[in-house]
This record gives sequence, C-alpha cells and structure tokens, in this order.
Amino acid sequence: MTEAVIIGVGLHPFGRFPGKPALDMGADAVRLALADAGVNWPQIQGGYIGSYEVANPDAIVARLGLTGVPLRGVFNGCATAGTSVALAARAIETGEHDLTIAIGLDKHPRGAFAADPSVAGIPSWYGQTGLFLTTHFFGMKINRYMHDHGISHETLARVAAKNFGNAARNEKAWRRTPLSVAEILASPVLNHPLRQYMYCGPDEGAAALVLCRADQAHRYTGKPVRIRSTALRSRRLGAFEVQSPSFPVGEVVASPTVDASREAYERAGIGPEDVDVAQLQDTDAGSEVIHMAENGLCKDGEQERLIAEGATEIGGRLPVNTDGGLLGNGEPIGASGLRQIHEIVLQLRGAAGDRQIPGTPRVGYTHLYGAPGVSAVTILST
Amino acid sequence: MTTTQIPVAEGLFTWPPDESTPLRLIGSECTACGLVSFPAASDCVRCASTESKERLLAERGTLWTYTTQDFRPPSPPYDGPEAFEPYAVGYIELPGELLVEARLTEPDPDKLRIGQDMRLTLVPYRVQDDGTEVVTFAFAPAEEETP
Ligand SMILES: [Zn+2]
Repeated sequence: MTEAVIIGVGLHPFGRFPGKPALDMGADAVRLALADAGVNWPQIQGGYIGSYEVANPDAIVARLGLTGVPLRGVFNGCATAGTSVALAARAIETGEHDLTIAIGLDKHPRGAFAADPSVAGIPSWYGQTGLFLTTHFFGMKINRYMHDHGISHETLARVAAKNFGNAARNEKAWRRTPLSVAEILASPVLNHPLRQYMYCGPDEGAAALVLCRADQAHRYTGKPVRIRSTALRSRRLGAFEVQSPSFPVGEVVASPTVDASREAYERAGIGPEDVDVAQLQDTDAGSEVIHMAENGLCKDGEQERLIAEGATEIGGRLPVNTDGGLLGNGEPIGASGLRQIHEIVLQLRGAAGDRQIPGTPRVGYTHLYGAPGVSAVTILST
Repeated sequence: MTTTQIPVAEGLFTWPPDESTPLRLIGSECTACGLVSFPAASDCVRCASTESKERLLAERGTLWTYTTQDFRPPSPPYDGPEAFEPYAVGYIELPGELLVEARLTEPDPDKLRIGQDMRLTLVPYRVQDDGTEVVTFAFAPAEEETP
C-alpha cells in the first residue's frame, strides 16, 4: 500500500473574527497550505472538509475554484478533524488519489456549547435539570482520577500555565497572555476541581493539510512528514463517557482514547517511548493529565512528578501541546485536530520558531477526544 | 397554601411516592442478558435485544465521583430558576445495578467525598409561574441521618 505524507500545512489564526465567515477562514488556510506545498488548487484530486457549525463546508470550492474536485464533508464531533485527515490519507493509501487535502473550519458562538439534548439521543429532562453539560464530565473524571492517582490541584494549574505560556509564543494562538500557577488557582471554580483558567473555550479558526503519495513527495518538498497511522474509536459499554445519564457497574472499561492509541501505535510500529512531541486533547487541564496516561505516554499517577519536573514543557523530555493546545487556542471543532498536526509538522521540520523543541524530533503524536465518547489518534514521523 | 408538585418527566421515578410506593428510580432490565439501564430503555446496548422489563433501582448507593456547577447552564435546555444557586452533580454506584448521574443535594464539594453513602431523594429544581414545583431526582449524603 502506498504511504501518505504531508507536504503542506496552513493555519488561519484561532480566536474571534467578527464578520469573517468560516468559509473565508477555511479558504485562507487552504491557500497557505497550497503555497506551503507548492501546489495549485486545480492539482488537488480529492479532499475531506470538516465542520461542526457549517452545514455545507464543501461550498468552499466557490472560494477556491470550481474544478469539479470531489470534496466530501465530514461531521464527527470532536474527532471531526481526525476523521478528515484519516480519510484524506486513506484516499492516497488505497490509490484513489495522488494529491489530497484535509480542511477544517468552524465558527462557534461564545460560551459553553449548548444544544438540545435530543440531538444526542438524550431525554429532555437531562438538559432541563442541569445535567447536560460536557464540563461536568471533565470535572467528574479528573476528580475521580485525582482521588485514585494522587494528582494535586497545583498540577492542574501547572498544565494550564504551561499551555498559556506556549500560546504566548504562538502568533496564531487565541489566549496569548501568560498566567501564573497562582493566578490560575485564584480563578473561580466552574466545576470542582476545575477553574475558569483550566478550561478551553469554543472559538473560530481553520486549518488545512496537503497530502501526497510518499513516492511523489520529492517533487514538492525536501521535508515530507509521514502519516504513520490514524485510528478512531468510539466508546465501549462500561466506559465512563461524556453525556451518560448512567453506565454499567463493574470494572470501568478503558476509554476510546486507550483503544485508539493502542491501535495507532500498533499500525505505526511505533511505541510511546519513541514519541518526541505530543498534542493531546486538553479541553481542560485535567484532560491533558489523564490523556498522558491514556495515550501510553506515562503510567497513571506519574504525571504528578513529570509535570513538576517540567517534562511536558518545551525543552522537557516529552513536550505536550507546544502551540498552547486547546487551552491556548480554543476549539473550533472541525479544525482542532488539523491545528494539532500543523504544529507537529512545524516541530518535525524544525520550523516552530520560538517554540521549537530542542534536538531532532522524529516522531509526533496527536490526539482528539470528545462527545459522544470518540477518540482519534494520528502518529506522524519524519 | 398547598404547594403542588409535578415530576420533570413521566416514567423517571415512582410518582407520587407514598408509603405503598416509596421513591425509586425507574430503570429497565434486558430480558435477554440482564443489563440494567437508566432511564428505562427497550434497546439493549450489550446484546442488541429489544425486549426489556421495568426494574425499580436501589434507593441507596455510594458516591463514585462528583463535581459542582458554579455557573448557570446555558438556557435552553436548562430551565432552572433565573436566580442561580450552585449545585453539585455526581455518579452514584448502585451495587449490582449501574452508576447513575444525578444532582446532589449538597452543593459544597468539601462536604462530599468519593465512597460516601448516598440516598435517593427529590428536589424541587424549579417553580412555575403558578407556584407549581417541578421536582427531579437527586441524591443526598446518607450519613446526615445518623448523628
Ligand atoms: Zn441485553
């Protein structure tokens, strides 16, 4: 099977852009990715475009050129971008296309995600009585995890401080003001033990990746980034997942992150010990802590020491969310995972500027998690 | 004045609870594999059977985890009072049955602890314009009963 490589990346800044439609942000990201790859839009043979808010993101062709390209819309919750890149890669791997694009764009209103529970197959009373909040799940999951594995409130604050600090070095990030551990611990509790500055917010932005066959990459770039594997898994019965009015009693089943991660490592022939830089879903500071273990990057409870030592900072042994992660960038759902890959590509190229990790990183890892209990993992290498 | 109460939804808990029908959550049990579900569901997510029977769930359990809600949730879907009072939510493990998510009567996280005994109760989470209280199920720390 042919391998897919990334030859171009483009990122529209994440944040708030009043008056600018999501499709325009997407078009900007695509043009940056095309320019980075040295490719023209008419050369693109197929693609996948993901969004949560835009019903027909494939309408972007009217901005880019009506070339007749097959562009398929993707809608897969928080794993939307992971799905887009997986499908764009698969189209190359199976020989359908030689040159593809993965695009993500979104423009969310301010504040916590609000929706009619019925769209998630959940009864109305669950929303009416104040249970239908994704933030509850994150608060409850990290509260239990702290109880079981000895994670402190300071560690949560250190994660947030790190990500805001990294975002301050990223001109395309949304939250670029560094915050101290003390400032974060002084912010109001939203969902115990999580505080205001420990949560990411929905926002706006777009990202795009140009992919081609590995054996043709030399035509475009000297530094292709290989897509070693992609994996997506939904929740299994017994897993503790977001928006669950109940779940079965007994041994708690592993999260879909654990399942997707294992599959991705196996397919890549790469182990957690080989990962040089990681981008993990940090919907909140607790999620980053938990996801370190769920993605095999440490054992449960080791985070307390690793984070105190600075292991996950730029310059540490295992840098996590070098571009500021979701805490620093916010979450335009359709674009979020492509933003993660954009950062890994820069890091593996040695082109991440002020936030470049030291040495010669060879393997990068990205991970998404969200409603209704779905995880996507992508493993990349030079 | 007598306050009228109505349940937030039919079929969620026994209503009206009295001495002959004490307050219980109404779940279901798959007739093929025995999986217990709440709210009651005809479709089984374990064995894909579409046959189930009603099962009233245990009224006591232990707190598996919890969090607090310190800001007013987006409305809709939330339809609690405009004057927001923080509340807590958690998962209560009903032994041999399931873990159920519920509001907790104790809003202070310092007074909650994983593993503590909890008991089913009702809370009027909203008052309609005509004074009718809308009630939903909740769990209260059970230790309070034994000084
Ligand atoms: Zn069954």
